[in-house]
Amino acid sequence: MHIIVPIKQVPETSNVKMDPVTGTMIRAGVGTVVNPLDLFAIETAVRLKEAHGGRITTLTMGPRGADKALREAMAMGCDDGVLISDRAFAGSDSWATSYTLSQAIRKLGDFDLIVAGERATDGDTGQVGPGIAAWLDLPLATYVAAITRVEPARGLTVERLVEEGYQVVDLPFPALITVVKEVAAPRLPTLRGKKRAKAAEIPLFTAADLDLEPSYLGLKGSPTKVVKVATPKVTRGGTLVRALDEDAVADAVDQLLAFLDARDLLPTGGRA
Amino acid sequence: MSFVWTLAEQHEGRLKAVSYELLGRGRALADKLDTKLASLLIGDGVSDEQLQTLVHHGADEVYAIQDPRLASFTCETYSNVLVHLIKTYRPSVILAAATSTGRTLMPHVAVRSHAGLTADCTELDIEPGTGHLLQTRPAIGGNIMATIKTPDHRPQMATVRPKSSRPLPADPTRAGRVIEVPLDLVLVDERVQARGYRGDAVDFVNLEEADVVIAGGRGMKKAEHFALLQGLAKALGGAVGATRDAVDRGWIGYPHQVGLSGKTISPRLYVGAGISGAIQHLAGIKTSETIVSINSDPDASLHQVADFGIVGDLFQVLNELQRRLDERRRGGEEDRA
Repeated sequence: MHIIVPIKQVPETSNVKMDPVTGTMIRAGVGTVVNPLDLFAIETAVRLKEAHGGRITTLTMGPRGADKALREAMAMGCDDGVLISDRAFAGSDSWATSYTLSQAIRKLGDFDLIVAGERATDGDTGQVGPGIAAWLDLPLATYVAAITRVEPARGLTVERLVEEGYQVVDLPFPALITVVKEVAAPRLPTLRGKKRAKAAEIPLFTAADLDLEPSYLGLKGSPTKVVKVATPKVTRGGTLVRALDEDAVADAVDQLLAFLDARDLLPTGGRA
Repeated sequence: MSFVWTLAEQHEGRLKAVSYELLGRGRALADKLDTKLASLLIGDGVSDEQLQTLVHHGADEVYAIQDPRLASFTCETYSNVLVHLIKTYRPSVILAAATSTGRTLMPHVAVRSHAGLTADCTELDIEPGTGHLLQTRPAIGGNIMATIKTPDHRPQMATVRPKSSRPLPADPTRAGRVIEVPLDLVLVDERVQARGYRGDAVDFVNLEEADVVIAGGRGMKKAEHFALLQGLAKALGGAVGATRDAVDRGWIGYPHQVGLSGKTISPRLYVGAGISGAIQHLAGIKTSETIVSINSDPDASLHQVADFGIVGDLFQVLNELQRRLDERRRGGEEDRA
């Protein structure tokens, strides 16, 4: 099996600091990591390879330094990494990103399965996975929580975590799935994996290396434009009640019930 | 045909509540644009009577594409149907719910229609002068609100966070047309086959559609204590959520997880018990209408974003709250008796 795992390098969100004046993210000094939700996709691919053989190619679009994310994925068990980087790609929205990634995937040749994370923790759209499936006309299953059947060269059965339960879906290869956390707990990279990843050659695809429609690229090729960025107010100016002994607890619960009642949030019928 | 469309969703022939929320959003936009509002339903088995309720909640027209082959969502066929309708009628705005269906279908269709799409919006408006759709959404874990528009491409597409607005009250006197559109069989793509739902799933919860979510974190101390939250959820008519920490400790299943690597929710009432309020969890709850925090640590971040916080022993507080809610319920039953 040839499995492709598109990943994204994102800021470490636990350290996100916002500039209170401009309302933009302060990127200086903020570390980058592999999008945490992509780790589940990497793990899924590695397990499929362990069970059925084959190879895994991970790819990312980003600045030149994004090879760091690819090397982390390779340390977990991906065989090859490809970096897609060019100033022409800067400012891409999910439409333009999914186009560029699709053209890079075409260049990689035949594959059986693309496994992607559900969404990235910075942009938070979840639109690139389904977008790639649309560009490449691949059968698609999103929110995959389990893979229950794999028949190499034929297809797979997955369970999608949706609002009503786990939807069971059959797909033929080649296909694209996006996975959620429940699918598999990511392994830690091994020392051997790290060494191999550090030494690996990572091919670079620039705009010139791909068959691209120039008007589909980057900020200019993105249908959506950001008009304004604002920082929402963090606090709601709420009430904080201390309830450090039994009487105070009863009193605090009284106040809470009155508060909920005033907002019409208690079941109708009874009155305390 | 109308210029603002909303996508209704159904499950096993029943319209989902989010269909009406979208109509409230769409009505406001259509009125500002002085145009008509249509609700599109792709599915199967939804009765005429139910379709009429879409008119009562704001639609001028309802287009129903119903066929047994559309009973379960598969992206390819749904996408073919919607792309075909867009080509035929050229709407200006399409709103879908930011559900598992909407967030799969809309990016697929946006690519094929060369349209702009904004994910998981919590505010929508029309730009004065240009008439462009202004789409506002939380990004970077809810730390910023970005306003986005699509100036040069049509349709302007957005998914809208469920529960982020209320539906309009039903007006049974509203006039509107329900139009049945037959499914053109060339649009059916049979590569992906939906086989129904896993029957043996335990510990599943539909958090996204709950009006009330009672969530527990590390402060719950062990799995058994989540029964306290189940009791409260039952009393308040809600569902139980959890932090990543509680799920990773095996106290409760992943479908309950709220936050960056779980679900994003926007209930009318969110109660967090023993939750410190890590940024990753807050990202999943920030747009809740009312936030209540119960935590013995006065410095817990969740207290900072709460409308009402109690600093105290959460077991004492939860037990007292349960006792009082049970009392109220019994009081109500006696009143009715």
